[in-house]
Amino acid sequence: MDLNFTKEEIAFRDEVRDFFKKNVPAETKKRLIEGRKLEKDDIVNWQRILNKKGWAVYQWPKQYGGTGWTAVQKYIFLEELQRAPAPDPLPFAVSMVGPVIYTFGSEEQKKHFLPRIANLDDWWCQGFSEPGAGSDLAGLSTKAIREGDHWIINGQKTWTTLAQYADCIFVLARTDAKAKKQEGISFILCDMKTPGITVRPIQLIDGGKEVNEVFFDNVKVPYENLVGQENRGWDYAKFLLGNERTGIARVGISKERIRRLKELAKIEVSGGKPMMEDPRFRAKISQVEVELKALEMTQMRVVAAEGKRRDNKPDPASSILKIKGSEIQQNITDLLMEVVGPFALPFTDEDDMGSNELPIAPGYAGPLAPIYFNYRKVSIYGGSNEIQKNIIAKAILGL
Amino acid sequence: MDFEFSEEQQLLKDSIEGLLGDKYGFEARKKILEGTDGWSRELWKQYAELGILGLPFAEEHGGIDGGPVETMIVMETMGKALTLEPYLPTVVLAGGFIRRFGTDAQKNKYLPQIAEGKITGAFAHTERQSRYDLFDVKTTAKASGGGFTLDGQKSVVLNGDQADFIVVTARVSGNQRDKDGLALFIVDAKASGVSRRGYRTVDGLTAAEIQLSGVTVEADALIGKPGAAYPLIEQIVDDGIAALCGEAVGVFSALTEATTDYLRTRKQFGVNIGAFQVLQHRNVEMLIAAEQAKSMALLATMMVNEKDAVQRHKTMAAAKTQIGRSAQFVGEQAIQLHGGIGMTMELKVGHWFKRATAIDIQFGDADYHLEQFGQMGGFETAA
Repeated sequence: MDLNFTKEEIAFRDEVRDFFKKNVPAETKKRLIEGRKLEKDDIVNWQRILNKKGWAVYQWPKQYGGTGWTAVQKYIFLEELQRAPAPDPLPFAVSMVGPVIYTFGSEEQKKHFLPRIANLDDWWCQGFSEPGAGSDLAGLSTKAIREGDHWIINGQKTWTTLAQYADCIFVLARTDAKAKKQEGISFILCDMKTPGITVRPIQLIDGGKEVNEVFFDNVKVPYENLVGQENRGWDYAKFLLGNERTGIARVGISKERIRRLKELAKIEVSGGKPMMEDPRFRAKISQVEVELKALEMTQMRVVAAEGKRRDNKPDPASSILKIKGSEIQQNITDLLMEVVGPFALPFTDEDDMGSNELPIAPGYAGPLAPIYFNYRKVSIYGGSNEIQKNIIAKAILGL
Repeated sequence: MDFEFSEEQQLLKDSIEGLLGDKYGFEARKKILEGTDGWSRELWKQYAELGILGLPFAEEHGGIDGGPVETMIVMETMGKALTLEPYLPTVVLAGGFIRRFGTDAQKNKYLPQIAEGKITGAFAHTERQSRYDLFDVKTTAKASGGGFTLDGQKSVVLNGDQADFIVVTARVSGNQRDKDGLALFIVDAKASGVSRRGYRTVDGLTAAEIQLSGVTVEADALIGKPGAAYPLIEQIVDDGIAALCGEAVGVFSALTEATTDYLRTRKQFGVNIGAFQVLQHRNVEMLIAAEQAKSMALLATMMVNEKDAVQRHKTMAAAKTQIGRSAQFVGEQAIQLHGGIGMTMELKVGHWFKRATAIDIQFGDADYHLEQFGQMGGFETAA
């Protein structure tokens, strides 16, 4: 038993840390630290910097442009990326559709899409959830009907993150209305410019518009945009959702946020003393730090076990990552809002950002309440925490 | 980064699990618990034969040179079996002081006897007013005739009633709450002036109130330098915390598993109650609390020999906080999900719960350690 990294792993960590230090654009980094929304360019530019270095799709197999890193190296990379802080490579492209394409796609699809994903030439969005299919995703009703060498897609997707920037969407659509609900679904790639697709932004409780509804009205898509086999889309979707287990804990991001929280708690004053010296507030920070350290160790246990597992059973520890990781992220955003007291109240509309008006002091307070509201999402997306508990109860406890 | 046991460690785990599996069934444990000692001297001999009573000691002192991971393995298994023998006070605490800081003469005198199962020890530190502060000591040690005379009152001393030797903290100088001025002495339990009032603790273990009235010891009873004992006490309590974390892991996993088994078999409304989502989720939350505790126990184990006392102490404070929080949640939920039967002494669940509760309190509860952790600045520094 040994919790330390090897000499090689430490050298790797230093290399990655140094690269991030020198190459994350200053403005992007500043936005992340302050908790402001990233622009499309922030994400595209950064992913291209990574791609140039050969790291944009680090977790993919080498033959498709990946790095061939060990599980521990991947863990280190992600940890350093988050603590830098730097943006994640676009998850809908790199972690979701990419692996589905290289695992189940045709040679043409691989050749065309994979390099474009790595360089973020195509911005991808995810067409899974529907108004009537959330936790019960297999209950989706968007239909794709084959007509000659085309699909005709009709229906509605929702919660489509950053669809306003997207060039492409991957869609789960029902292709066999008579089959059992999981068995009549196909996985189809669509160009967002195809006639019949409309995008309607949805304003969320944080005031921003990061998600959308996407409507499909007789959208005509070439038959060869089907990934893998017809009616096997549910298997591919499950593969996609189970693909990335460790990054979901977002330990590095939470660490970075705690450092920010402590910085602000030194500036903000309560009862004539910095918030950091208020025993009650400090105890709240300490409590979340303890839980985060435990989660970090749990994540390391999962990573260390990853290389050694023979069976396909989920590691009991891995199921904790999503639940505990989201609770901790939410807890920290709560404290970040609390630390600025009444200055959490003034609301700055995203659309007004960049105006010449001076911010209502203190400037750093503006994004904190919106992040708190926005982060309610982390215990809902990717399978709500309640669904996660159902999964653990069944798969691990055998209940 | 590797969380797997070596072959030798696995062997140790298997052999102690084998022994306790045989000897620590519910009825057998009940018999031991109801005996006069409250623990089994016969099993103590078998621990000696297995080598675990000398686990952390050097081979020349009858030990097997085990490290923190080996101690964790033993403690976890003991937590699962809910053993009653004074392993922690004898091997980790009192024995630990001598192993880490004792003179050669002290090591030669005590460690082989501990390893052979001939003597047990206790660590007498807590006083009426000290709560969990390790520096708060009123008991005095006055130099007299080349030795020392000890006077004071020690409370809730684990195994204090039956120990053959007692490691006592006392003040040679300074005020009650000074970190400087503390000293450690090995006191023969039968020495004149030592009076002990033994009792059971809530979890069925034994402890004592110890009165020291003009107890004289020779200079060779001193561990370390007089006046400079505080860092030594911190180290041994950190050892104790790490060991308790290991024990807690055994207790929590046993509580979680027992509850899952109960949900699978208990029928109400014509179905196994495990079919109810509200109970499933509660059981999952127990699992999460137990796994988080296990993660911190591993970290505590890895940090217990850290030379940087602040880093070490900070990690122990964080670990003990997590263990305490998990103890309360896992324990309380195990009783709740068992319903009425969980309230009885007729099922092991209640016994585990009581041990979990005691583990939280020992060496400082979750709130105490959370405050310590905060005062030391936490893990992350302000941006």
